[in-house]
Amino acid sequence: MSGLEDLYREIILDHYRSPRNRGELPAPPAHRVEGFNPLCGDEIVVFLDVVDGVVVDLKISGQGCSISQSSASMMSAAVKGRSVEEARGLVRSFKAMMSIHEAQLGAEDGDDGPGAATPVIAPDDLGELAALQGVVKFPVRIKCATLSWNTLVQGLDELEAARA
Amino acid sequence: MSIDARAIRKDFPLLSPDRAGGPVVYLDSAASSQRPRAVLDAMDDYYTTTHANVHRGVYAIAEEATRRYEAARVAVGRFVGAPKPATEIVFTKNVTEAINLVAYTWARRELRRGDVVLVSEIEHHANLVPWLMLAEERGIELRYVPLGTDYHLDLSDLDRLVDGARLVAVSAASNVLGTVVDLEPIVAAARRAGALVLADGAQLVPHRPVDLGSIGVDFFGFTGHKMLGPTGIGVLWAREELLDAMPPFLGGGEMIRDVRVDGFTTNDLPWKFEAGTPPIAEAIGLGAAVEYLDAIGLERVHEHEAALATYALDRLRDAYGDEITIFGPEPDPQRRSGVISFSFAGVHPHDVAQVLDTRGICVRAGHHCAKPLMRCLGVGATTRASLYLYNDEEDVDALVDGLAEVRDLFA
Repeated sequence: MSGLEDLYREIILDHYRSPRNRGELPAPPAHRVEGFNPLCGDEIVVFLDVVDGVVVDLKISGQGCSISQSSASMMSAAVKGRSVEEARGLVRSFKAMMSIHEAQLGAEDGDDGPGAATPVIAPDDLGELAALQGVVKFPVRIKCATLSWNTLVQGLDELEAARA
Repeated sequence: MSIDARAIRKDFPLLSPDRAGGPVVYLDSAASSQRPRAVLDAMDDYYTTTHANVHRGVYAIAEEATRRYEAARVAVGRFVGAPKPATEIVFTKNVTEAINLVAYTWARRELRRGDVVLVSEIEHHANLVPWLMLAEERGIELRYVPLGTDYHLDLSDLDRLVDGARLVAVSAASNVLGTVVDLEPIVAAARRAGALVLADGAQLVPHRPVDLGSIGVDFFGFTGHKMLGPTGIGVLWAREELLDAMPPFLGGGEMIRDVRVDGFTTNDLPWKFEAGTPPIAEAIGLGAAVEYLDAIGLERVHEHEAALATYALDRLRDAYGDEITIFGPEPDPQRRSGVISFSFAGVHPHDVAQVLDTRGICVRAGHHCAKPLMRCLGVGATTRASLYLYNDEEDVDALVDGLAEVRDLFA
């Protein structure tokens, strides 16, 4: 059971059973973006309402396992109300936590696209998101945990591209 | 005489109770079976005593390698009742390549815009994407035999669906539902419509006797690693006159008779379709696998799995009632296999499989490479337990007990 307790922390199960920011936003004006995990068929839809560089609202719909659903729920709570720049920093921190490889490379790898120059929030400051750290021990599930985050980045990128 | 699965497991190193890392309850044979020591030994013996390329060397070990490779072909062909095993059995990488071979050679020569290929809603992507690629490339039309409410194909509208079809390409047994497809009426309808029939036998050949001389299909594919053989080896069977008329698939060594600067002629069957050095050890391993299965008897394997599937379905329903939804036909020795897909207590299949894994129980979670079928079922994924000759009631009991922990954790 020890392995399972690392993966299924109580806070994760709480977000799975009572997901935050679940639902849809009218799009437009909100931006709608879909993400898929081809391995397991999970799909997630993120609705983003970005005003003056701030994520004023976001909603999550779709279906997935406890890890992808709770990660999406925690992400929504963590990102809502933050600036786009802060949101990107949070994504980088979260993905660094999910990838020992990336973490070892440090912050200098510049292949993360538009968010590369934004400040990285230390894992210690990830709050309850740190509960997902145990996922790293279950490599197959990392994709579950990062699905909503990758979808968020895709949405932010699309919004940025549309504005440019 | 029934099968003693506990005794059979002794032949499978990975299923040993002394396995490093702990024993496993292996319930994922529909994805890939385990293999007995006889198969591993046959491959080892080839590599350690007589490895050389086939059909080339004139020295003794090369002749022995060729002899073993071709003997495996004949053994595998006889195992499925191929009328001409020495010429009609084409070794491929797997069943996916076998079906692609037909799509790239026969279909690309024969099919034009608007031609119809009839498939079904239960197909594995291996028997769907090659046809979707042809639809994209040259505008063939795909039609689907629908899934009935009893989880069997609904053949009530078959004559209309098959009308005008050039090919009917269907699974002989579902990798998700456990449905064993009744090929007879499908073959009959195809004959009336003048269509050829391709059957994907990947989930059938490992589990019950197949007689290609009598089932009436024109193309038939299966894969070695689901029937106790190694990975990297599969089979396409087709009637000799069809293979003769088909253009070659991959070009290279072995598949030619002569090559000039301005052209080439192809080799005899079946080598015309086996470009390059083939998977020799894998073919020999597959030959050993069918020998092993033959010694036990596929009829006994079939009976064992049918009884075990009935036991498993009864136990799962008794233990969990409405909490479990089983996506598949009712127990039926003829029309149902030991593949059991289900959703459980609202818990995502990934989570079900993860919890079971901590108890050493291996099940598959996901869409099983059958996304159109998942959409039919109205789910994104299922949990699948699949049975084989080395499984027994203890394995089923372990699954049932493990699901109780899943429920307790997520409820």
